[in-house]
Amino acid sequence: MSLYRDVTNKPWNTVGLPDGIDPKPFFAVANEKVALVIFVIIACVLFSLLTVSYYIRMLLGGGDWVPVATPQLLWVNTAALVLSSVVFQLAVNNSRKEETIRFFSTTGILSLAGGLLAIVFIAGQYIVWQQLGQAGYALKDNPANSFFYLLTGIHMLHLAGGLWVWGRAQLRLLIAPDIAGSRLSLELCAWYWHFLLLVWFGLFYLLATT
Amino acid sequence: MAYVPLADQDDAHALHDPDSFVTKYIWSQDHKVIAIQYGGVAIFVGLIALGLSILMRLQLGFPDTVSWIDPAFYYQAVTMHGMIMVVYLLTALFLGGFGNYLIPLMCGARDMVFPFLNMLSFWFYFLSVLILLASFFVTGGPTGAGWTLYAPQSISPGTPGSGAGILLMIISLAVFIVAFTMGGLNYVTTILQARTRGLTLMRLPLSIWGIFTATVLGLFAFPALLVSAIMLAFDLLLGTSFFMPAMMQLGEQTDTSGGSPILFQHLFWFFGHPEVYIVALPAFGLVSDVIATHARKNIFGYRMMVWAIIAIGGLSFLVWAHHMYVSGMNPYFGFFFATTTLIIAVPTALKVYNWVLTLWQGNIRLNTPMLFAIGFIFTFVHGGLTGLFLGNVVIDVPLADTYFVVAHFHMVMGVSPVLVLYAALYHWYPKMTGRMYNESMGKVHFWCTFLGTYAIYLPMHYLGFLGVPRRYFEMGNTDFVPASAQALNANITLAVIFVAAIQVLFFINMFWSLRNGEKSSSNPWGATTLEWQTPDNPPKHGNWGEELPTVYRWAYDYSVPGAKEDFIPQNEPGEEYEKTFHERG
Repeated sequence: MSLYRDVTNKPWNTVGLPDGIDPKPFFAVANEKVALVIFVIIACVLFSLLTVSYYIRMLLGGGDWVPVATPQLLWVNTAALVLSSVVFQLAVNNSRKEETIRFFSTTGILSLAGGLLAIVFIAGQYIVWQQLGQAGYALKDNPANSFFYLLTGIHMLHLAGGLWVWGRAQLRLLIAPDIAGSRLSLELCAWYWHFLLLVWFGLFYLLATT
Repeated sequence: MAYVPLADQDDAHALHDPDSFVTKYIWSQDHKVIAIQYGGVAIFVGLIALGLSILMRLQLGFPDTVSWIDPAFYYQAVTMHGMIMVVYLLTALFLGGFGNYLIPLMCGARDMVFPFLNMLSFWFYFLSVLILLASFFVTGGPTGAGWTLYAPQSISPGTPGSGAGILLMIISLAVFIVAFTMGGLNYVTTILQARTRGLTLMRLPLSIWGIFTATVLGLFAFPALLVSAIMLAFDLLLGTSFFMPAMMQLGEQTDTSGGSPILFQHLFWFFGHPEVYIVALPAFGLVSDVIATHARKNIFGYRMMVWAIIAIGGLSFLVWAHHMYVSGMNPYFGFFFATTTLIIAVPTALKVYNWVLTLWQGNIRLNTPMLFAIGFIFTFVHGGLTGLFLGNVVIDVPLADTYFVVAHFHMVMGVSPVLVLYAALYHWYPKMTGRMYNESMGKVHFWCTFLGTYAIYLPMHYLGFLGVPRRYFEMGNTDFVPASAQALNANITLAVIFVAAIQVLFFINMFWSLRNGEKSSSNPWGATTLEWQTPDNPPKHGNWGEELPTVYRWAYDYSVPGAKEDFIPQNEPGEEYEKTFHERG
């Protein structure tokens, strides 16, 4: 039954089974994917609110905003995150061809590389923090500095959460490979990584231009 | 992973009963047990918040008679009372408690789609409550900044609990938000994905619509609280100036400068207003089902009720700054937010009309749940009408920060949801426990609570008109307030003590009936929705025995002309031809 027919239905006036004997969930995909999409929407709300706060503090605060000089290393980190996302997508594409997925099969290695690249990104961001600290951009000295650390930190935390799920998936590949479960985990990781990459593009633009 | 239709999924794992005491009652993944865990903890902290309100009222009614209630403690009691009641009791009990209990049962599912996450959700909630309560025992005590936690006041020295107290509050809220997000993802996904065959969206009981929409609101609104909490923690611990302006403190300039206190208020109320509906929408849903069942009538205007819930949910994100008319924000904002506030009254009023029209010429059974449900209509109309006053800027400005506001929000989002909670607890008690509660005791409980709350809140409106300010430990030099206001205050306090004491009846009833109540059949009310059609009462793990129910009709087939009984359960196929989808003749 289509959504339109469903919501325009006069339920008091109809009886019987509208879908025959097949129950019809709202989305014909795995529940985990539905939950991930909802989570991504929540994270979008979170980052949007942070961005709005950023602008309000910058434009309507006490006029004390001094932009942070953008470290060049951020470009390298961005490249690592782009690669990470691409590699996860390759892993997903490859997993559809492979009959079995193991830790050391092509898909498994691509997935491993994707996760490691994300770790490289996080490590790179941490080095950026240290560089900024050495250059005198202390967290509390200026709201622009505070927001820089806050936004990059929250983005890293999201990525770290993704890595936890990825870590469990890798562990399962090593111990008890299961084709359907692995494909699903990979797809979930890839979706989430693409999302965090987009968020990073937005944040990078925001931090570099204001 | 390819999608597997529900009918083809292997049920075996869901039917596997937990075998030890620990897996059955403590680390349980069964939604019913988690619901009761949520409910028990929520009611427990709710009682603490009730105790705090009695202490506050003692100070207001009989100033300085209790020697150890000093201004600092008073503010801490006000703050903790508000925060516990709104977040840790009402949100947790409606969504964690009733959401967990009713969603799988009303949707004809065996459990939530992610049972492990559901269990984690409860334990995170429990942890957040422990952290919150821990703040009573740290140096300086819990925060006394008011439940809105406005910066810079909440983290500035001089405010009670501005060190460890506020920090624990922030941590507790963050943990609560994590718990809510895990639970919320589960509720939404379960309602969308795990409905049994035949259960289309428009056949869902209104309880599910209310819980669903409230959960979506929560998922979108709590991030605002999280953002403000994180930034507040930065300002507190790391000396940043997100919200902290340049200030003089004890004659010295602070390190902070340029921060925006108004930004905190916007973020807080972007969460805070939808929070009102996170509490109200499940109440709307539950009360609709209670009213329809005990009036033996289909709910009036079902589709209108659904769209009203969704419209209220959407609009609730566009009204937040009506809490900030006197904050110094741009006056044009006030015009916009007053308009949206009045618009939201339209779908809300529709719902009230529909409840009343459902009662109209119904075969009303005035049992305890129904009494509480009808009581709710009174208190909600009452609180809603005063909301129209406060929603208008020109009327709000003189009434802001007076007892009129206290009376308004307690009527609309304190008393009203609590009456629904009682209605729901009595209504679903036979399902949860397999026993009936004591009806006479329930009725006494209702009348004392209902009339008692009027004795508490009705006079507060008059105090507000007199200009009695809220949040004051004592009146001081307020010559414009006549001395008789104090007599009114003393009476309110006596009413509070009476109403609080009478709640003991409820607990006696619940616990006594657990063993001694009359055994209840699976469907004692003659209700149509699926949770009343379980093979066992209370339902066992997996809910439905071997086979999931199939739904043939909507949730409100009461008093259908020509039917054998005055209700037809949703899973009743009726005539053979009804198995095909068609319009009724």
